[in-house]
Parts: sequence; structure tokens; C-alpha cells
Amino acid sequence: MTPDVVIDVRDLRMRYGTTDVLTGVSFTARRGEVLALLGPNGAGKTTTIEILEGFRIRSAGEVSVLGVDPGHGTEAWRARLGVVLQSWRDHSKWRVRQLLAHLGSYYASYSTDHVRRPWEVDDLVDAVGLTPHAHKRVGQLSGGQRRRLDVAIGIVGRPELLFLDEPTAGFDPEARREFHDLVHRLSDLDDTTILLTTHDLDEAEKLADRILILAGGSIIADGSADELSRRVSTDAEVRWTRDGARFVHAAADATGFVRELFAQYGEGIADLEVRRASLEDTYVALVREYESGRSGAALRAFEEAIR
Amino acid sequence: MTPTLTAARAGVSRGWIEMRQTFTNAQDLWNYFFPTVLLFFVMFFMRGSTVPGTNFSLGSRTLPSALGMTVAFGGLITMAMALATEREDGTLLRAKATPNGMVGYLVGKIVSVAGITAVSITLYLVTGAGLVGGLNLGDPGAWLTLGWVSVLGMVATFPIGAILGSLVSNPRNMGLIMLPMMGLIATSGIFYPITNFPGWLQGVAQAFPIYWLGLGMRSALLPDSMAAVEFGHSWRHLETAGVLGVWAIAGLILAPIVLRRMARRESGSSVAARREKAMQRIT
Repeated sequence: MTPDVVIDVRDLRMRYGTTDVLTGVSFTARRGEVLALLGPNGAGKTTTIEILEGFRIRSAGEVSVLGVDPGHGTEAWRARLGVVLQSWRDHSKWRVRQLLAHLGSYYASYSTDHVRRPWEVDDLVDAVGLTPHAHKRVGQLSGGQRRRLDVAIGIVGRPELLFLDEPTAGFDPEARREFHDLVHRLSDLDDTTILLTTHDLDEAEKLADRILILAGGSIIADGSADELSRRVSTDAEVRWTRDGARFVHAAADATGFVRELFAQYGEGIADLEVRRASLEDTYVALVREYESGRSGAALRAFEEAIR
Repeated sequence: MTPTLTAARAGVSRGWIEMRQTFTNAQDLWNYFFPTVLLFFVMFFMRGSTVPGTNFSLGSRTLPSALGMTVAFGGLITMAMALATEREDGTLLRAKATPNGMVGYLVGKIVSVAGITAVSITLYLVTGAGLVGGLNLGDPGAWLTLGWVSVLGMVATFPIGAILGSLVSNPRNMGLIMLPMMGLIATSGIFYPITNFPGWLQGVAQAFPIYWLGLGMRSALLPDSMAAVEFGHSWRHLETAGVLGVWAIAGLILAPIVLRRMARRESGSSVAARREKAMQRIT
């Protein structure tokens, strides 16, 4: 394994009782990479993340996080991780700055010449945009502010690897943009590796270098948003109006098609729109393809059986 | 400084911060005054009564007994309640995600519950001493006894409280612990001497720390002549230290095992599942 690989998962399996939740997940993450883990509810995203965080013991498979098996992670290993959990209502009587200073103090013994731990508390409060609320009680924060605090707690130890479980749930558009800037800053300036789950596909497309789609307990797609969309279809959707009538056409060579269109009708064309498949289209297509494949396989098995 | 020591120090400041928070909200303040308010009521109903076989005021006997009860209550109920609540709200998971966070969390809990117990017994003593007479408040020996009984009582009850808190799956099920607690208080000679109770009930009461905390506090604050109405006509300091000591050792051995098992099971999804349940209850 090269030192550049931060997460290395091979054939990870998880079984609860008789139910297989993960049936062989494999992927890697390199230093500084941002990975988005997408998938339908119940696909095993949270289970996967919890195994990597060391909160859950896997049934089988090889897992290495920062070169360590998370099942046997030490506290020194934990100090190099950041975890943003789905928040609830802990520490509601604490004040924002006080809580960050307190939680940061645990990381002081793990400071190195290379990584200064913890994050200076006022800088951190500023980085997540909570300066006006630094002395408020945590219980008085709005949903979005509370979520920013969760993110701040996740990065207070300047982690080398950060797990974000639905980080922007409850954010308004402005807070969302600020959060995206923060994620870019962490991955670009500090070389932090980030693994996030989200239901917001637009967000995944903006943030992630690589997208993993988890369905039915395994990774069904792994690649950048562009790579994934090319895998599904090469067609782009072209919309226009002519003489007040609306037209839609799917074309493999959209540029060529539009050129023809203008050559034929010229000034008659209005409201032209060319749309490549969005990540959402790709995602839905991939998950459907997977599910129909599975039901197809089930159907074939059924036909075999009744023959 | 080693990381564990850093975490222990963080825990001390955590406990101190949490203790100060209890002075800023009505619920916690009420908990501080509750034993005193209870004492007022008890005094009212006990006015004119004496300890059977003596002409000593029953109210004056109840004050130190209830002091012992307050220590036991702090150790068992406050501790259990804190653990059950903070497991549900995600505080424990947060501690688990922090390096050595569990060390800091537990040290913090011990400091804050000890502080809360100390404040409530001080408040209670100060107001109670003005209310009843016949107590040994001027004797340094009395304060020494009060000191060791309180400290040993906390060491005996904190681990048990922590274990109870880890076993309760949901803070709203605390009634499961409160009910037997109330029964135990009733049989532990806090409000009335148990020398006339059936033998088996006396045996049960003396197996638990509440009886001994009450006895220890009476030995500190009541005149020595009052030992005559206790079992064996003695304050039985050795037995008090012995029983509380056994509870302390048993608790200190068991608590880390139970707590570790409980902490291992904590994960984001277990907290999320409890949140779902709590939400359903609200709506």
C-alpha cells in the first residue's frame, strides 16, 4: 500500500443477524481527495462510514484507515480523524466557543511539527462563520448554526481524514455555499481527505473529486461526475421553440445537431437550451439499471427454477 | 504530559463548567433546594414527635439521616440520570469520537456530580441547622465523620449510579430505578428508626448503602447518647466503612466493564435510532 492511500477498503462485508447489509464494498481514497458516497436510503452508507470510523465492527473484509485497522484504532489514531455526526442535542448548555476550546484541548498532546493541533479556537469559530454566536448557548443556535458547530467540532483537531455524514442538512443556500468553500479550503490547503454522504446530488457534484454509488450493499459506480454521466448515456437534451411551439430532442452529437437546426431554420429558433445529463439523471439511471439488473437476474433464476 | 493526563485535566475543567451550568437554570436550582423543601414538610408533620424510647426530637434525628439520603441520591440518581440522558442526546458519542474523550467525560462526570452533591448537602445543612436543634455542629470530630462518610458514600454510589445509567436504555425509563430507590429509602431508617421492622427487612436495608449513609451522618451530628437506639447500641463505624467499602470496590470493578460494553455499542446510527424514537414521542 502506498503512503498516499488514506482509505483502503477491500471486499468489506457486514451482516446483521441474517441480513447482509454490505456484500463486498471495495474502494480507496488518496490523500487530499474528496469522495462523496451516494445511495438510496438503507443502502449501507452509514454502516460503511461507521465501520471506517471504528464505531462498528465489520463482519469480514480488509479495511485500512490511515494505515490502521479501525477495529483496533488507538486514541492517537483517533486524533487524526474528524467525525461530523448527524447532530442531535448534546452539550446544549455549553457556549459555542467554550465547547470548541474544551473539545480542542484533547488534541493538544497529538500536535506535531507538521500538524498543529488543536485549531486556534477564534480562527475556527470564524472559519465556520459562527463569530457572532461564539458566546451563545449551543441550545439557542438555529438548525443551520448548530450544523456549522458540528462541522467545527469535526475539524477542531485538524484531522487528516474527515468524515461528514449529511453535513448540510438544514443549511440555507448561503450557509451551503460557505460550507462548500470551507470544504475546498480543507482539501486544497490542508490536504485533508474527506469522505461525505449526502442526498444533495448538486452538492456532491460541486464538492467531490470522485463519486461512489452504493446500492444493494456494494459499490455500483465509482468515478468523477463526468465519467459517470458518460457511462450512462452520451446523449444531451436539446430544447428549443419555433413559431411558438416547443421541441425536445435527444442527440449524441448536440453541437452538430444544433448546427443543422440553425442551418435549416436560422432566425426561427428561439429559447435554445442544451443540457448534458446531470448527476441526478446519472444517479437515477445507474440505480435503476442496477435494480432492474437485479430483478432481471431474479426473474432468470425464477424461470430456471420453473423449467 | 501524557494524552491521558491531558484528558483527565480536560475532564476536571469539564466537570467544573458543568457544575457552574447547574446554577443557571430553574430545573437544576430546584434540585438543589428539593431536599431542603422536603425537610420543611417532614419537620412540619413530625413536630412534637420524639424518637421512640427517648425524648429526643424525631425531626432532629431526621435531618442527618436525610443528609445521608441526599448523598446516596446524588451518587445513584443524579449519576444514572446524567449517563442515560447524555447517551441519548449524543454527548457520549461525541466523547467517543474525541481522543481519550471517554476519560475526560467520566472524570468530568465525577467532578460535576461530586460538586453538585457537595453544594446540595451544604445548602441543606445550612438551612436545616437553623430549623432544628440538638445537633453537634460545634464539634470538629463531627465534621471529620461527616467528611469521610460523604466521601466514602460517593465512592460507593457513583460507580453503581453509572452502571444503572448504562443499563437504562432510555432516560424516560428512570422510573424503573426511582421506584425501588423509594422503597429502599422507606426501609432504610431515614425518616423513622427501623428497629421495630421485621428482621428480614432490616437485613435487606443493611445490605444497601443508604442505611449506612444515614447511620454515618447520625453518628456525626447527633449526641452520642442517641447511639443507644441504633442496632447494637452503637454507631458501628467499622461496619459502616466495611459495607460502603464493599460497595465501592464492587462498583469500581464492575463499572469499567459495564461502561466499556455500553460505550462500544454507541454509534451514530444507535443515537439516530433513539432520536427517531424520541421524535415519535414528541409528535
